[in-house]
Amino acid sequence: MPIHEQSLIRPENIKTHDKLEIDGIDVSGHWSTFIESRVVTDYNEALEDEIAALPGGEYIHRCWQCGSCTNSCTVNAVNPDFNPRYWIYLIRTGMESELLRDKDIIWQCISCNKCTYACPRDVEPEGVMKATAHWLEKKGHTPKSPSIIFDELFAEQVIARGKIEESSIIRQFFKRTGQPLMQDWLVAMARGLLMKLPVGLMRRMGLAVLFRPRTSGWSKARAALEEYVEECEREQRRALGLGDGKPE
Amino acid sequence: MSEDRKYDRVAYYPGCALEGTGHAYNRSTKAVGKALDLKLDEVKNWNCCGAMEVKNIDPKIQTYLSSRVMSIAANEMGHDVVMAPCNGCYHNLKKAEYDLAHDDGSKEVVDRLSTKAGHETYEAGQVETIHALDWIKDGIGEDGLKAKVKNSLQGIKIANYYGCMYTRPRHIFPEKDKGPGSDSTSEPHFMDDLLAAAGAENVDFPLKTACCGGAHTLSDSDISTKLVLNILEAAEAAGADVIATECPTCHTGLEMHQIRAEKRLGRKTTVKILYFTQLLGMALGLSARKVGVQENISDSRGFLKEKGLA
Repeated sequence: MPIHEQSLIRPENIKTHDKLEIDGIDVSGHWSTFIESRVVTDYNEALEDEIAALPGGEYIHRCWQCGSCTNSCTVNAVNPDFNPRYWIYLIRTGMESELLRDKDIIWQCISCNKCTYACPRDVEPEGVMKATAHWLEKKGHTPKSPSIIFDELFAEQVIARGKIEESSIIRQFFKRTGQPLMQDWLVAMARGLLMKLPVGLMRRMGLAVLFRPRTSGWSKARAALEEYVEECEREQRRALGLGDGKPE
Repeated sequence: MSEDRKYDRVAYYPGCALEGTGHAYNRSTKAVGKALDLKLDEVKNWNCCGAMEVKNIDPKIQTYLSSRVMSIAANEMGHDVVMAPCNGCYHNLKKAEYDLAHDDGSKEVVDRLSTKAGHETYEAGQVETIHALDWIKDGIGEDGLKAKVKNSLQGIKIANYYGCMYTRPRHIFPEKDKGPGSDSTSEPHFMDDLLAAAGAENVDFPLKTACCGGAHTLSDSDISTKLVLNILEAAEAAGADVIATECPTCHTGLEMHQIRAEKRLGRKTTVKILYFTQLLGMALGLSARKVGVQENISDSRGFLKEKGLA
């Protein structure tokens, strides 16, 4: 299982000495580079089970490390540090501290499902990425990512009304993530649209903002879904050993 | 040929995006249906399918949301086919269908939530979910379409862009990859076939099923911009005048990040972005306004005028 051994040759683990003699032999300089020996004692034996307990992580145990996921990955092509195969390996071997080195990019999976398409073992790596991102957040290793903030806003509106109204989600998302709404490219886009939209359409869009779309008779579905979301939250907290399973 | 007429009247599930940013897709889909004499009955009092976001809270909520739409179509309207033009809706209904047939846990949750919400639960197999591409391809066929073309798309070079959700993951699309007559998940061709029948010249486009980063279009804009720019530049390199789309999220993503790539990365592309239904509609003799070209962010009116379509 040599994959994680790449960690041994990171710059901080490579040692050269200006002046070092061992048993009468001079081992100074570049030609006598040492790799810092390492003993791993902090395996988290529960890690794989915890990820598997979150939605999407169920099939992680099937992985046999062929690498089809990373090979097909859209995000990996943009950022080579985004490596699903490696993370699945670390999770399955309990190497939590190694996994945490990449904690700030795991949420960037864009759900294109190329990995799930390519995987010969039906691991559904896309789900494993989402489960891992949730695990990092629930365990307090990372703050909520912009992606989960967006997902929560979206889900809140769907559960509350049955339908969504895109412009309000966009406005609330920028507010919750502390970004200005007046971004150069959004302004350019809006200006382009305003130049050519007929008055009738603009009125219709304005009305959609004022009277947000909703599914009629949704209140019972809303209550059922709210109850179910709480139930999921309790189960997940219990599976991760967080408190007594009551929501915070 | 009796089989060919099976989509004469289907339940229509536009979804939230088609009432907002993707309104031009809604408008052009309905206009094309009218021109081809394919009837659409909008699903009554529909709800959001969960898009790409709700599954990240819990996948079974999304399964329930999608199942409610299919339940109304089947149990309240008596339909056995639901047509969803949005890739996200189409994908989620297919996924719900698969999960309900194969996963007892999903079925248990959907049954429980449906009872509490006070409507009949959806049983796997009650409806067939199809995309707008299947609807036209199997409902009217290339020959049927050719016979109705009034304004050929001749001279327009098109890169057909299908996106992620129409083909992946493979297991939720059991009718695909069945050889002749079916669409392919690795090299989809239904949109190519229809636009070719309308006279267009399809270019050899390698990124048909590449990802536009739609799920993170706002939450991780830099990656989305890079992915979209790849698609736009590849289409231009392949010689395309137009990228034809079949999904409101992809479509809006391409349009938004075309502007963002220019503003933030200084990379300008001029390829036009149009829904395939807008192109088909104009080929069928409808005006650019009728198919909502003025509602697109990407301004293609000058180009269409030059090609004699607007």
